[in-house]
Amino acid sequence: MIGLVLRRLGQGVPTLLAVVALSFFLMRLAPGGPFDLERPLSPAAMENLRKVYGLDRPLIAQFGSYLAALARGDLGPSFSFRDMSVAGLIARGLPVSATLGALALVVACVFGIGLGCIAALRRDGWIDRAIGLGAALTLSLPSFVVAPLLQIAFGLTLRWLPLSGWEEGDPRHLILPVVTLALPQVGALARLTRASLGEVLRTQPVRTMRAFGLPPALVTRHALRGALLPVVAYLGPLAAALLTGSVVVETIFGLPGIGRYFVEGAVNRDYTLVMGVVLLVAVLVIVLNLAADLACAWLDPRLRAGT
Amino acid sequence: MIRRLARARSVVVSLVVLGLLALACLLGPAFTGHEPDRFYPDLRQLSAGLTAQPDDAHLKPALQRIAFRMRARVAASEREGDRLRLTLAADQPIDRRSLVYLPRSDLFGPPSVVAEEEDGRRLVLDVPIRHLRFLLGTDVHGRDLLTRSLVAGRVSLAVGLTATLVALLIGVGYGAAAGYAGGAVDAAMMRAVDALYALPFVFFVILLLVFFRASLVLMLLAIAAVEWLDMARIVRAQTLSLRERDFVRAARALGRSAGGIVLRHIVPNTLGPVAVAATLLVPRVILLESFLSFLGLGVQEPQTSWGVLIAEGARAIEAAPHMLAAPAFFLIATLVSLNLLGDGLADALDPRAA
Amino acid sequence: MRLRRRDWLAGAAALAATSGVAAAGDPLYRRGNDADPETLDPHKSSTVAEAHILRDLCDGLLTYDNRGAIVPGAAKAWTVSEDGSTYRFTLNPDGRWSNGEPVTAADFVYSLRRIMDPATGAKYAEVLFPIAGAAAINRGEKPVDTLGVSAPDPATVEIRLEEPTPYFLELVTHQTAAPVHAASVAQHGESFTRPGHLVTNGPYRLLDNVPGDRILLEVNPHHPEAASAVIRRVAFLPTPDLSGAVRRYAAGEIDSLSDLPGDQMVALQDRFGPQVVLGPALGLAALAINTRKAPFSDVRVRRALSLVIDRDYLAQALFGDTMSPAYSLCPEGLDHYRTPPETAGRKGLPIDHEEEARALLTAAGFDPKSNPLKVEYRFNMSDNNRNTAVALAEMWRDLGIVTRFVYTDAKTHFAYLRDGGDFDIARMSWIADYSDPQNFLFLLQTGNDGFNAGRWSNPDFDALLKEGARERDLARRADLMYRAEEIALRELPWIPLMHYRTKALISPRLRGYHPNLRNAAPTRYLRLTA
Repeated sequence: MIGLVLRRLGQGVPTLLAVVALSFFLMRLAPGGPFDLERPLSPAAMENLRKVYGLDRPLIAQFGSYLAALARGDLGPSFSFRDMSVAGLIARGLPVSATLGALALVVACVFGIGLGCIAALRRDGWIDRAIGLGAALTLSLPSFVVAPLLQIAFGLTLRWLPLSGWEEGDPRHLILPVVTLALPQVGALARLTRASLGEVLRTQPVRTMRAFGLPPALVTRHALRGALLPVVAYLGPLAAALLTGSVVVETIFGLPGIGRYFVEGAVNRDYTLVMGVVLLVAVLVIVLNLAADLACAWLDPRLRAGT
Repeated sequence: MIRRLARARSVVVSLVVLGLLALACLLGPAFTGHEPDRFYPDLRQLSAGLTAQPDDAHLKPALQRIAFRMRARVAASEREGDRLRLTLAADQPIDRRSLVYLPRSDLFGPPSVVAEEEDGRRLVLDVPIRHLRFLLGTDVHGRDLLTRSLVAGRVSLAVGLTATLVALLIGVGYGAAAGYAGGAVDAAMMRAVDALYALPFVFFVILLLVFFRASLVLMLLAIAAVEWLDMARIVRAQTLSLRERDFVRAARALGRSAGGIVLRHIVPNTLGPVAVAATLLVPRVILLESFLSFLGLGVQEPQTSWGVLIAEGARAIEAAPHMLAAPAFFLIATLVSLNLLGDGLADALDPRAA
Repeated sequence: MRLRRRDWLAGAAALAATSGVAAAGDPLYRRGNDADPETLDPHKSSTVAEAHILRDLCDGLLTYDNRGAIVPGAAKAWTVSEDGSTYRFTLNPDGRWSNGEPVTAADFVYSLRRIMDPATGAKYAEVLFPIAGAAAINRGEKPVDTLGVSAPDPATVEIRLEEPTPYFLELVTHQTAAPVHAASVAQHGESFTRPGHLVTNGPYRLLDNVPGDRILLEVNPHHPEAASAVIRRVAFLPTPDLSGAVRRYAAGEIDSLSDLPGDQMVALQDRFGPQVVLGPALGLAALAINTRKAPFSDVRVRRALSLVIDRDYLAQALFGDTMSPAYSLCPEGLDHYRTPPETAGRKGLPIDHEEEARALLTAAGFDPKSNPLKVEYRFNMSDNNRNTAVALAEMWRDLGIVTRFVYTDAKTHFAYLRDGGDFDIARMSWIADYSDPQNFLFLLQTGNDGFNAGRWSNPDFDALLKEGARERDLARRADLMYRAEEIALRELPWIPLMHYRTKALISPRLRGYHPNLRNAAPTRYLRLTA
C-alpha cells in the first residue's frame, strides 16, 4: 500500500509539470494581457509595466523563471490584486472555500448516500419514487437560480438568515451557501447510490444471504462495500471541485474564497493567480483521486490484486 | 424489455413530456404568433398573462412615447373597443409622415385622419388597435418569452444531446480500453485523465472561447472534451472489477480477442452505470451551458438558449420574476423528465433484474 | 483550519496594536464599492473604486468635499504665479501621517518623483504630465530629480508646469497625486500597502484588506479633522453581482451602493423611491468607427448610422435614466467650457432624420434590398452592452442595415483595438479624469492609438487642440475647443451615444450624500443616524 501511494505520488509530478506547462502557454497565447483596460495605457506606461513584471522577455525565459520561483515556493505576485502575492491570496481564500466545500461534501454524502440507500432498499415503493423525483429536481436547478431564491426566501422574506458575507466563518453565514453547493450533489449521489446499491442487492450472493435469513444489517453492509465503488470513484473529483470553491456561490453570497480567482483571473489575464490556482487544483485532484482509488481498493479486495 | 419499460409509469410520462417538449420547440414558434426577435418597445418586461395587449395601462405610455417621436402631444385619447380615437396637438404642423410610427410600434394598425384643425397643428385620428397576447410575458426588449423559450429549447436540446453523445462514445471507449488493458497502459491512460482533470474546466473553456472566438461548435467540443472524463473513470472502475470475473476469464481462455471481449462482455455489463451516468450527463451539459451563459461565454447572439434566458432572468429575479419562471419551467421539465427516463432505463437495462 | 487561525491571530495582534481609537461598538458604515481595488498604492491605481477608497485614506494637496468642490487637503493655501506656470502650496502644519509623524513638503516631492519613475510602473503617470519634465522622466529619458517639483522649505511645495494648465488644481486632487510615506516604502518595499504596514495621511487609516470580502478603515486619530468625522469606521464592500447587492441592501446589510442594474431601474424606483439617487457625471459611451476602412471611411455612412439612433429610448428604456442621451462628445457642466456643440438628432423630427439617413445611404451606394450595408459591431461582454447592441441593431434594421455582433471579454476587446485590429464599429467608453474639455477631445488626437481606435486623423482638429493647450485666455481657449469639437461632430469618427450619470442607492440612515459631477462622497462628510 505504501509502495502504491509513493508510486502514485511520484507519477503525479510529471502530471503536475504537464499541467503547469500547458496552462502557462495556453494563457500566454490568449489575446490581451493583464494591463489592457477600458482606459488604455499610454505605450510608455505599458512598456514600463511589462518591464517591471518581466513580461517583455521571450516566453521560454519567462517559463524558466516561473519554474525556478516555483521550486522556491514562490507563486509570484498577482496582476489583479497588486498588493498581494498569489500565495497570500490563496492562503487567505482557500480556508473559506475549503470550509464551504468540506461542509457541502459532508452534507451531500450524508443525505445523498443515505437517501440513495433508502431508495434502493425500498425499491419501487413510493419512497423510492419520491426520492427519485427529488433527486431529479435538485439536479435540474442551476446554482445561480437557487442562490437568489434562497436569499429571497430565507433572507428577505423570512429574515431567518443573513444574505451574504463571511464574518470569519460565522455558522449562520454558512448555511445558505452550503445548501446551495450541496443540493445538486445530494441528488447526484442519491441516484448513483440507488442505482449501484440496487444492482448489488439483486446479485446472486446477496440474494443467497437474504434467502438464508441473515440479518438485513449484515447483508446491507456487505452489499454496500461493492455498491459504493462507483460512488467513491465519483467522490474523488467531486471533492476536488467542491474544495476549490464555486464562482457562482462565492459571488452571490459575497464570500472571499478562491473560486472566483479561476474565472476572474482568466478574464483579467492574471497569469500568476490562475497558474497558482491551477496548480492547487492539480495537486488536490491527484491527491484526492489517489485517496478515492485507495478507498476503492479497500472496498473491493479484488482490485488490490490488479494494482 | 420494452414491456418492462412501458410498465414503469414514470418512464412513460417522461417520454411523453419529452416528446411534447421537443415537438413544441421544433414546431411551436410557428404558432405563437410572434417572431422570437420581434421587439415591442412599449411592452417590455410584461408579466405572464392572458390579457390582450396593449391594455389600458400600457396604452397611455406607448402613445406618449410615439407622440414624442412625432414631436407632438397627446391631447385626447378614447378607446372604443379595438379602435382608438386619438387627438394629437403640436406647436408646429404635424408631419403626416410621422404617422408611420404608429403602425411601426406593432401595437396599432395604419391610422386614418378624421379631422385636421389649426392648420395641421391638431389632428384627430382613427387608429385600429391590435390584439397581442404574451402568454409568458416579455423580456427586457419586449420580445415574447414563450417564443423565445421554445426557440432556445432547440439550441439547448441540441447541445445537450450532441455533447453527451460525443462524450459518451469517447468516455466508454477510453475507459473500457484502459480498464481491460490494465497494468502500465491503464496507469498511463488514467494519468492522462488526471492531467486533464486537473485543468479547471472553466479556465480551459474560457481560454478556448477567447482564443478561437466563441461559437456553438466550439462550446460543444469544449463541454464534450471535459465530460468524457467522468464517464471514463466510471467505466474503467467497473471494467477493472469485471475483468476478474469468471465469465470474462472463461472468454479469454476460449481465445476470444480482447476487442471482442470488451465489446460483448464488458461493455454490456457496464451499461447500467453508464446509462445512469449518461442521464446524469445530458442535464449536466445543459446546466453547464447555462453556467457559461451566466458568465457570458455561452451561446452567442443572435442565437439564444435556455441558459441565456435563465441567466437574464436570474439577474432580474425581483424586478421581473416571470423572465426566470418561463425558461426555468421548460428547463426543469426537460431535465426532470430526462432524469426520470434515465432511472427507468437503468432499471430496465439491468441484466440481472428478475 | 489551522492556517486560518494563525492568520487570524497575526491579524488580531496587528489590530490590537493599532486600534483602540474606534470602539468595537461604533456603528460601521458598510459601503458598496463596485469592485475590489487592484491596489491601495495611489501611484499604481487607476479605477474609480480605488479612487473612493484612496480619497478616504489619503489627503492630496487639495481634495474634494461631498459636493464635488475643490477644498484644501494637506495644503491650506496656494498661489499661482503671473504666467500660470508655477504653483506654490503652503502645507497645513497640523497634517499628520497615521503613525503620528508630521506631513512635510519632502513627502510630496518624494511621492511625485515616485509616480514618474518608470520603475514604479504607474498606470496613470500621464495624468500629471503637465508637470515640467514629467513626460521625459516617465519615458526614461531623464533622471527623476529633474522633475519640476521642489520643497523650498518643509512647509511649502512648489510645482512648475510645462505650460499653463487651467485644470491643474484638479489634477492635484487626483488619486495619483496622493502622497506616500517614504519610510514605509523603503522599509517594506512592495508590501507597504498591507494592513499593518500602510501609513497614510488622510482622515482614515487601513485596518484590514480581505479581497472579495471588505476593506476596513477607521478614523486616523492624528488627522487634524479627526474629531469632526462622525463615521468612525467604514467597510468598503465589493459588489460584482449587482442584483445580489440590491438584495443585500434591501436586507439592511449594506448602507449604500455605488452602482445599480440599469435595466431594473423602474422596479428599483418603485421599491426604494427616494433612496435611488441619480446625478450628473462626466463620462461618455460612444461608438468608434473604423474610418480607415470602406465604406465607413465615407462620412455619409457614419452620419446615417448616427441619425437613426433613438438615444432617448436607449437612455430611458434600457438604462432607466442612469444614462442621458448624448449628441456631443463633451458632457454638460465641464469647467473652462461652454455648452458643447451637438451632432444632428436632438432637434427636428425623427422622421426627417430617418429620411435623411436613407438618402445618405442611397447616395453612398447602398440599397436595403439589393446592396444592404453590413456592419460588424464589436463590444466587450456585459449585460448592458449586449442590450444596447441588440437595440442598435434593431434601429439600424429600419434602414435595411444588417448587423453582426462580435463580443469578447474586456481585455481582449481593448487589447484588440489598441493593437490596431480590424473592425467596423466598436464600443468605447470614457470617464473623465478631470473636468476639462481637453480630457475628452484628446481621445481623438492623431497618434492617440489607445483610444483613437479608428485612427482618425484631422490636422485641423489637432491644430486647434494644440493651440488651445497654449492659450491662457480661458474664453478663447473654450472657443478653440468648441471649434475642435464641431469638427469631430461633423466627421463623426466616434458616434456619441450616451453620457454617464452617477447612480446610487442611499439608505435613509445615511446623511450628507450629494450627487456631484466628481462622484465624490468622502466618508468624513457623511453621517449615519441610528
